[in-house]
Amino acid sequence: MAVTPWKPTDQMTVVTKSTPRVDAVAKVTGRAKYTYDIKPKQCLAGRLVTCPHPNAKITSLDLSAAEALPGVKAVLALRNARDMCRFAGEFVAAVAAVSEDIATDAARLVKVEFETYPFVVREEDALKPNAPMARGEGRANANDGNVRTDGDVDAAFAGADATIDGTYSTQVQGHVCLETHGVVCEWNDAQDQLTVWASTQGVFSVRDGLTGALGLDASNVRVVTDYMGGGFGSKFGPGEEGIACARLAKMAKAPVRLMLTREQESTNSGNRPSSIQQVKLGAKKDGTVVGYQVRSYGTGGIGSGAGFPTPYIYRTGTVRAQHSDVYINAGNARAMRAPGHPQASFGMESAMDDLADALGMDPIELRKKNDGSDRRHRQYAVAAEMIGWSNRRPSGSLPGVIKRGYGIGSATWGGGGGGTQAQVDIHADGSVIVKCGTQDLGTGARTVVAVVAAEELGLPVSAITPLIGDTSFPPSGGSGGSTTTPSVAPAIKVTADMARDALFAKVAQALHTTPDLLEARDGMIRDSGDASKSISWKDACALLGTESMSVHGAHDRSLSSSGVAGCCAAEVDVDTETGKIMVRRLVSVQDCGLVIDKLTTESQIIGGAIQGMSWALYEDRIMDRIQGQQINPNLETYKILTTPDMPEIIPVVWMEEESLSRGVIGIGEPPVIPVAGAIGNAVKNAIGVRVPSLPITRAKVLAALARKGNGTT
Amino acid sequence: MKSFEYVTPSTVEQAVRALGAEGGLALAGGMDLVPTLQEHLIAPDRLVNLKAVDGLRYIRAEADGLRIGALTTLADIAGHPAVRDRYTALAQAAETVGSPQIRNVGTLGGNLCQRPRCWYFRNEDYHCLKKGGDRCFAADTSADNQYHAILGGMPCHIVHPSNTATALVALSASVSVTGPNGSRVISLDDFFVLPRTRLYAENVLESNEIITEVHVPTPAAGSRSLFLEAADKSAFDWAVSGVAVAVTLTSGRVRSARIVLHAVAPIPWRARKAEDSLTGAVLSEAVVKSAADAALAGAKALSNNAYKIPLTTSLVRRALAEIA
Repeated sequence: MAVTPWKPTDQMTVVTKSTPRVDAVAKVTGRAKYTYDIKPKQCLAGRLVTCPHPNAKITSLDLSAAEALPGVKAVLALRNARDMCRFAGEFVAAVAAVSEDIATDAARLVKVEFETYPFVVREEDALKPNAPMARGEGRANANDGNVRTDGDVDAAFAGADATIDGTYSTQVQGHVCLETHGVVCEWNDAQDQLTVWASTQGVFSVRDGLTGALGLDASNVRVVTDYMGGGFGSKFGPGEEGIACARLAKMAKAPVRLMLTREQESTNSGNRPSSIQQVKLGAKKDGTVVGYQVRSYGTGGIGSGAGFPTPYIYRTGTVRAQHSDVYINAGNARAMRAPGHPQASFGMESAMDDLADALGMDPIELRKKNDGSDRRHRQYAVAAEMIGWSNRRPSGSLPGVIKRGYGIGSATWGGGGGGTQAQVDIHADGSVIVKCGTQDLGTGARTVVAVVAAEELGLPVSAITPLIGDTSFPPSGGSGGSTTTPSVAPAIKVTADMARDALFAKVAQALHTTPDLLEARDGMIRDSGDASKSISWKDACALLGTESMSVHGAHDRSLSSSGVAGCCAAEVDVDTETGKIMVRRLVSVQDCGLVIDKLTTESQIIGGAIQGMSWALYEDRIMDRIQGQQINPNLETYKILTTPDMPEIIPVVWMEEESLSRGVIGIGEPPVIPVAGAIGNAVKNAIGVRVPSLPITRAKVLAALARKGNGTT
Repeated sequence: MKSFEYVTPSTVEQAVRALGAEGGLALAGGMDLVPTLQEHLIAPDRLVNLKAVDGLRYIRAEADGLRIGALTTLADIAGHPAVRDRYTALAQAAETVGSPQIRNVGTLGGNLCQRPRCWYFRNEDYHCLKKGGDRCFAADTSADNQYHAILGGMPCHIVHPSNTATALVALSASVSVTGPNGSRVISLDDFFVLPRTRLYAENVLESNEIITEVHVPTPAAGSRSLFLEAADKSAFDWAVSGVAVAVTLTSGRVRSARIVLHAVAPIPWRARKAEDSLTGAVLSEAVVKSAADAALAGAKALSNNAYKIPLTTSLVRRALAEIA
């Protein structure tokens, strides 16, 4: 059957409109059950034992004291003697006991002895000659990195009217999932069927990870995620903790719940890598950028993956770029909300504003000169108008103690969908159940399912029962890369259309018309040419008799697309005596193709602004150089933006027909990208001096102002 | 966690007996004690729950001043009209502690006796000076000491975390303390002690003594006080710097002044030279500026906290300018 395109947006009644999350009440009342809340009968508490040393060899591992503690039901070594631990926080053993307290005590009774080695926990230390080898002898702390060139950048700089040099850096950022990583595992009596409740952004990835690790078939493992408390890219697969939990449950012959502690979550559940970017940028007098050079470093801890796209967004004429991953004894990176892009954006946007100041040019004009996206040009105009860009004065020109500044940054992202199937069941009583094996990462996937089905079946959203988060439902991919909505929405549309058309076939006979003339709208099915031929949805479904209808369909590429543009404008006040930065307003403009639910789209834009601002001003994983641990693995000293410090955030969902007509694209990631650049530029505009490294703390602001005062900037 | 006995006395005398000479710890709101237990920083034999002790939760504005029972919550203090009106610094200090949940449960006595937030001290794996080790990690040139002391830090560089302590020192308050030999009154000027005097505790309280009451003398006519802090976050955070000032003005001139620096030293830090410089002066811009500079004259930055000096200077200047 041919797939029909999305309706014209002016005919849509639910899609593109604002629908509150279908599970909002369940969430705010606590009825929504997260993995943390799942407690099967006789459920044991699992706990992991971690290595306290940043670089150490296990010399012995003795489980006996833990096993002997009353209430302990299983103890499991995850590492063996002679294994190396390359960062403080690596998991070495796991226990299960009848209570959290006993499990905690048991974990402390696992006796692990280590032979410690020199370590390195900071990028700059790792790059020093004779630095300790983070990954062991013979494995360098950094690769040289390939040099990528495009054109003659030296000649371009020689011919430029203005050039700027700057070193811009971004810190490691934790995902800070409010629900820590973890699972509940329960085996059946025969110990051959496993049910897992997982805090995950990919139920099928958890299933496949467990079947691989445990030697099971996909038919023997079911993974359920009704609700989960944040993943941001860090929650694919079962993780070491998930596999350990399944094994503990098997050993103990009882269900086990194993959730990471906040400290373990901080040290061993992934992060966004750092970046140190030595940038040179050159332009002609009219603002045409002619050359971009970057030498960059970054660390993904003991893992790789610290690269990022360069040059970011703007045409630069010529390019020379070289990047090195640096290895240190710290927890490894994982994908995090728009991997690479926020780092790339901060370096590029900072350099662009420094160049604009050097040219004496308006920063938005400089961007428009070098930005190939027409859509973003129009977005700049909206952002500028809404933030009050005309109030912006040349950097550092304002008098007074508290100075106001304005800044802008830009974003791009792919998104796009595929690999999703769905099932629509229509019952004789008129009820509609839509099943899809996706999961709600927090972006509103359950609402997306209901909204699209409601649109296609001509029903209110409340008439749809969306079921997601279960590997027994039709397969869908992990929620990463802003692909969930563009994967799920088309699959639901195709399947709902098939179900509707099948129902039309039954109804057409009863109404003495043909299926192609029927339409479903406002809870009715009617002949589009003859209003007298109509039947309510309920009566139509009664025609099914005892045969409920169950239809299976799949994503179609014609309904989704990829590639988005966005920008963020910031208005800040800086107290030049205390160094305090007060972000007053953020205007964030983002497109995402066809907007499925405007409200959850705004919610993603606002959430991205919050997480981006938190990274810009607060968050910092601090690795102690003396003993090599993260010294702030908690939410007291790893600071995240909290409500009283949040600015007014104005989300602008791009509703131009040119964009909506592209089909569904994702929105989860792009709004986080441009925020730090925009805030950093606004701070520079306010105080007249660049704070080139994130987070922009009051200490750095005061130091920058002191350097400026001394004329050393 | 080591098992402990849990005792719930109903009188102060029973509580003191239950604490015993060693191994006992007093539990009030538990906002600091419970986390220190969970983090394995303490392993008491006995927890003495004070919450059932009668008559320790009150605020009385009397002729000779303000009397606050040690079990009074921070929220009660912050919201009390007489405190807000005449003992402003204390109200401001109480209302900037932690979060509403913490202020609803945390007590004044507990707030004064809380342990330092130093992240080396709080980490079980760092055997620091204060825990019987042989080094202060914060003193190391490669340390992360951005939140540590710039005054009075030798040999341990913690800062005192209590907002209310700073305000109460500025207000010349004292505490009533009961131990096995009866009660005594200690001026808060003498209550908090530097690490060079007492390394393993932050005050002079003996292990079987409890605070029962805080007394703040009635401010003289023409007195004003305020508490100002700078924190990274506006809520649920500890200050990186702050100041409480209490000034009595007569005919536009300073009769007496107390300037107490917050979160920059192991105790609430009296800036005595700055106080002296104000006596008899009019709080002109120049006088305020020179007092603020004098307040930080002896400050010495560690490797990573030099920003605290200009920051604290600015806060002192602002506080005095607001009083003027």
